[in-house]
Amino acid sequence: MMSFAGTGQNQIKEMDEFARKGRGRQRRERAIRIFFFCIALASITTLGLIVVFLFMEGLPIFAKVSVNDFIFGRYWYPTDEPPDFGIFALIMASLAVTTVASVISIPLGVLTALYLAEVASARIRELVKPIVELLAALPSVVIGFFGMVVVAPFLQEVFDLPTGLNLFNASLMLAFMSIPTICSISEDAIFSVPTELKEASLALGATHLETIVRVIVPASISGIATAIILGMSRAIGETMVVLMVAGGATLIPSSLFDPVRPMPASIAAEMAEAPFRGDHYYALFATGIVLFIFTLLFNVVADHIAHKYRQVGAATL
Amino acid sequence: MKTTDLDFYYGDFPALEGVSLDFYINRVTALIGPSGCGKSTLLRCLNRMNDLIPYSRAEGKVLLDGQDIYDPNVDVVGLRRRIGMVFQKPNPFPKTVFENVAFGLRVNGISKKTYLANRVEESLNLAALWDEVSDRLDDSALGLSGGQQQRLCIARALAVEPEVLLMDEPCSALDPIATQKIEELIHQLKSSYTIIIVTHNMQQAARVSDITGFFYLGKLIEVDDTDTIFTRPKLQQTEDYITGRFG
Repeated sequence: MMSFAGTGQNQIKEMDEFARKGRGRQRRERAIRIFFFCIALASITTLGLIVVFLFMEGLPIFAKVSVNDFIFGRYWYPTDEPPDFGIFALIMASLAVTTVASVISIPLGVLTALYLAEVASARIRELVKPIVELLAALPSVVIGFFGMVVVAPFLQEVFDLPTGLNLFNASLMLAFMSIPTICSISEDAIFSVPTELKEASLALGATHLETIVRVIVPASISGIATAIILGMSRAIGETMVVLMVAGGATLIPSSLFDPVRPMPASIAAEMAEAPFRGDHYYALFATGIVLFIFTLLFNVVADHIAHKYRQVGAATL
Repeated sequence: MKTTDLDFYYGDFPALEGVSLDFYINRVTALIGPSGCGKSTLLRCLNRMNDLIPYSRAEGKVLLDGQDIYDPNVDVVGLRRRIGMVFQKPNPFPKTVFENVAFGLRVNGISKKTYLANRVEESLNLAALWDEVSDRLDDSALGLSGGQQQRLCIARALAVEPEVLLMDEPCSALDPIATQKIEELIHQLKSSYTIIIVTHNMQQAARVSDITGFFYLGKLIEVDDTDTIFTRPKLQQTEDYITGRFG
């Protein structure tokens, strides 16, 4: 398009034209850059504002209740006179459902990932992996519904319980929700262990199982750990399932089959009836802060592990 | 160790056709030829590493001490313990130097500390690496230089006391000084092992090997003493390749 074949006057004209076009291109590049910057800024600012808002609406409760009483208080009677704002039972409920859910989902998720990445034939892997990932797309309300209508009556009958809506049911449903996350991310990590390492192990006369246990899992442990923590953080923050199937009783669980009231369920159930900017309202936001700190911690830990034990590829020179 | 009439297929593609080749103890056999000629495939047939590749199959025989290693009754894991392998890229495990060398022994069920320590030292000595890493045994193997890593991989292979050592372009990722060290090592190891080395580097084949086989398009074209191959090859094709006229 650009020819410098002309001479004299002609050539100078072409050079001018070239420079003009160049300036136009630069302007356009700058405009695009600014556009993307604004978009990114808008989304990040919005998220930042939500955090600011969360703290603004949550912190006032601590003028009435000390942080210590709020977190370790045994009684949550927000509508009594005088009210009690102690969320210890809610925190314990959240931790309990997350722990029990993890006990179920971690072995299932990681072993499924190992099966898919190492044992299954390529064809099965191609088929099953997308299905597992699709499971992550199941709306939580559907899972909650399943827990309510199918699992709860079953538990009630089999274990002869007063209610099937309890800690165990919620944990089971949360486990279903975190398995796809854990499985999918672990599988990526396991699958990306370099073939060279696997071959080195086999060439030394290690069996397939020894290779998996001694080489492949250690080499992908950071990815697996990240997967586990992201799965757990999904479980602790999940609202709809625990709202539907955890039972909703504000008590510190002493058995697997106690009904419980995890933090997200409490916030979702009570927010609509809490008077705007009343103490109850502030206390719910403060519960949100505690929940936020938990999930933030989970993510920081996941990030830290991912960096510290970064996937070590084939040796680099 | 020898192959008779060995064919190897990736799917329908024949990567090796009718290869019959003898490998001798205390001799270094070099396999040369242009990329894709099947020399690495042959090497990987010798410890059945190609088993990992789906839709591949081998026909013909590979004999180790007179026994066909492709016989269905052969224990592949046991076989691989007898045939060590060093890969193209240094591939130490993301473990300590010590654990890398001890790996093969541990999967063999050896856990006695003093024995492990002795074998590790012995193997690192054999691989001419002990002096450089004796004070770093508990550091990650990934902190070693490329040349050290490759010698570590050799030590790791030697630790299980194999009879045959397969080397797949062991120096292609190394600088000339590291390459020289590996070549010296091959010279020393020759006295106790059958060594088979695949190389793209003609000078390397001439320097380290006793016997050289030239491959082209999946066929063994010519095999002879290294001196003969490099000075008076019988076939024009071989001469063209080693003098750099093609390939």
